[in-house]
Amino acid sequence: MPTPLATFESSLQEVESSVTRTTPQSLEATLQAVIERPAVGVQLPFDTCSLADLDVNLHPTPRTLQSAVCGITTAVLGIATYGTLVLEATPTGSELSSLFPDHHVAVLRAADVVPDMETAFEHLSELVAAGRGDHVLATGPSATADMGSLVYGAHGPREVTVVLVEE
Amino acid sequence: MMDGSRAETAAQIERLLETEGETVAENLTDLNQGRYESVARLDEYDAYKSRARSIKADAIERLPELIETVRTAVEDNGGAVYLADDADDANRYIREVVQDENADTVVKSKSMTTEEIECNEALSAAGVSVWETDLGEFVLQVADESPSHIVVPAIHKSREAIAELFNEAFEPDEPLETPAELTAFARDHLGAKIRSADVGITGANFIAADTGTIALVTSEGNARKTVAVPDTQITVAGVEKLLPTLSDLQPFVELIGRSGTGQDITSYVSLFTPPVATPPVNFDGPETPIADDDRERSFHLVLIDNGRLDVRDDPQLRETLYCIRCSACLNSCANFQHVGGHAFGGETYSGGIATGWETTVNGIGSAASFNDLCTGCSRCVNQCPVEIDIPWINTVVRDRINRSGDADAFSFLVDPLVPDTQPDGLDPQKRFFGSFEWIATLASKTAPVSNWLPKLPGARSILERTLGIDRRRELPQFKRETLRSWFHARDGPALDTVRRTAVLYPDCYTNTVHVDRGKAAVRVLEALGVAVEMPAIRSSGRAPLSQGMIDTARQHANAVAADCIPLIEDGRDVVVIEPGELAMFRSEYAKLLDEERAESIATASYDLFEYIYGLLENGGDSTALAGPAEPVAYHAHCQQRTLGLESYTTAVLERLGFDVIESDVECCGMAGSFGYKSEYYDLSIDVGTALAEQFRTPATTDRTVVASGTSCTDQLDDLLERTPRHPIELLDPHTQNS
Repeated sequence: MPTPLATFESSLQEVESSVTRTTPQSLEATLQAVIERPAVGVQLPFDTCSLADLDVNLHPTPRTLQSAVCGITTAVLGIATYGTLVLEATPTGSELSSLFPDHHVAVLRAADVVPDMETAFEHLSELVAAGRGDHVLATGPSATADMGSLVYGAHGPREVTVVLVEE
Repeated sequence: MMDGSRAETAAQIERLLETEGETVAENLTDLNQGRYESVARLDEYDAYKSRARSIKADAIERLPELIETVRTAVEDNGGAVYLADDADDANRYIREVVQDENADTVVKSKSMTTEEIECNEALSAAGVSVWETDLGEFVLQVADESPSHIVVPAIHKSREAIAELFNEAFEPDEPLETPAELTAFARDHLGAKIRSADVGITGANFIAADTGTIALVTSEGNARKTVAVPDTQITVAGVEKLLPTLSDLQPFVELIGRSGTGQDITSYVSLFTPPVATPPVNFDGPETPIADDDRERSFHLVLIDNGRLDVRDDPQLRETLYCIRCSACLNSCANFQHVGGHAFGGETYSGGIATGWETTVNGIGSAASFNDLCTGCSRCVNQCPVEIDIPWINTVVRDRINRSGDADAFSFLVDPLVPDTQPDGLDPQKRFFGSFEWIATLASKTAPVSNWLPKLPGARSILERTLGIDRRRELPQFKRETLRSWFHARDGPALDTVRRTAVLYPDCYTNTVHVDRGKAAVRVLEALGVAVEMPAIRSSGRAPLSQGMIDTARQHANAVAADCIPLIEDGRDVVVIEPGELAMFRSEYAKLLDEERAESIATASYDLFEYIYGLLENGGDSTALAGPAEPVAYHAHCQQRTLGLESYTTAVLERLGFDVIESDVECCGMAGSFGYKSEYYDLSIDVGTALAEQFRTPATTDRTVVASGTSCTDQLDDLLERTPRHPIELLDPHTQNS
């Protein structure tokens, strides 16, 4: 049996998402290599990495949100069988950074990858009960087939990169 | 010449086949194939379906309680809940919210429920600009057309047509051409609308009553933006979208994308508990940090009744409310694949389950406009993720439509032929086809005269005008010597050992038309040591059932039960050649008879090849059977496939050394009487042509064609140069000996 992490990585590839593994110590360097500017984002829960130092705007205005090409956020969970990210919509505007720019970079602790949807819903039920009620199960880039064939990058991002942090 | 309404229906279908049919068929074939592949990847597919069904059954049972639960949850979260009686009530509330916000611009994500209440029209009439942000819905808004599919609303539009539409409507500097260009254009155009929107309106795929969490299943990201940007969110949903708890969502999240577009999961499943935590974005104040925007969000959940609570009390149609609008029943339907929802749909909804929805929300008149397009082929039944018996809903509504009509001028033609107890208003065409047992008996007794009569000059024209039997369709040739009279006149062989005793069910198609397949079946069974009996048993009731004549079908079922059950209790098996008849015994009788008798008949009845397979597996000696001869191309019957029985034919043929290629279309398009009806002849041929083409490929063109059903055989006979046979004829010992 492959581990959930290995399953997650192969699922991500199937849903047109890039994935890269890193450590807290190398996170800043890893992000430096994947993000484009102008970028917007929300603070990451790793004291080894400061997005502000990476020239990521953590307090976007409507204008800077609109002009950003890259958005960096965390993901609460990864769902291995689907290659799905659970993105929490927070008062800090994580939903906006993951949605408006063409390229979404999601940072996820490897320990937060769960094997399947059932396990994910156990976590989600707890989060919602605790007052954290807004999440998006995001799988791959935004897409449409309404214009004659499959096109990535409809209203949301065209490109998704997942940075897995192994502690 | 057809009568007026038949001619109108025929003209509408012909027009749609020419204009939209090709694009619809191409797109739907992909979605249908995608679903088969995606559900096959889900290990616990069947278990999830059962779980999803039981969650919905429980939710609908507890619906009044769940409405109060969600009201409390949403209000505790700081939102408002409004339960609207009908469309006008809902639109009035929505308009008031929009006007209270002084909103000029409203953006919407895709919602069939807002189509149902015609929300856009109501808001536009109040001077509000409303923009559909789903790209498919946007195409239709620009084209001023209605959805042709409940999930992929512009499925009837090709890339070329969309490009032409946009280039004409927006006159871009460079003409748009590719899907990527069209998408980028629409994204920019609608992005501006979203940025200036004051209110966002969404639908809901599901609502968790305990937390007030709204689930939105999307791929483009427009629903996320519609929720995130404006500070006011209105979510419009039918009351049936309520599920008891958040964790109840899980099986639906696993099933809905697979069942609809054939995606394991769509790009986005939003689980929002509004008002959402995301700060609203004021693009009119572009330099103020978004986090400093101190506007409070407001949220309104508008729950729509509009007939749903009444249908909850209707035991026959109640399961309509289980529907999650995934579109599996549209995509797996052969007729829908060829005409789409502009023919196979009512005022709002389209496809098989739309009969239930339209009856619920728009009235039976809307359902009547397309209900006959469901042939009862049953291919949708196993595809429905909440296991709704969609053909049954169509049959029940058809029965109600039959009872609502006025007596027809041509009723006198059918009256003396058919001693049934159907209501006066029943269309004579339906009554004629529903009485096939009587017609066949009479026609066989008077054959060959009965076969000559329609060939008299003008006869087909009269049949077309009065009964709507299309003159282009070959009529069945009835045999004077029925299978039963042949069987009882001959000296049957003395069997060395009797392995089983079976009643070979003399369905009226085999008994009076396709007699040869019946004779072959008798000889094959006897060669395998089966003592065959063939008492008179009434026809199963399939013919009246498919015309919506439920009472008549129930009379047949009672008569069959009276004939068969003593034989079954005496240890006989019931072997059935015609798959449509077997499907009556195995599944439809559960709706027509009490549980005990239905169970008795279902358990004792076998598909002919299923039975032969069992005999061979248990040591049956196949040396007396014919074959293998030529390679074959096999078309299984739709209802046989729904019961999972088609594989026995292939297995037996292959075991005996035949090389078999199977068709993979959902249905032959003939579907009993459907292909004979003048208003549906063109569609029937269009559907049948897709099957015929599969048997004209280099790999199949030289093969002997075999089909299990009477309809399929007749359709293939009309469309191919080769004469199709029943697979049992390939095994006939008589062939070997001669």
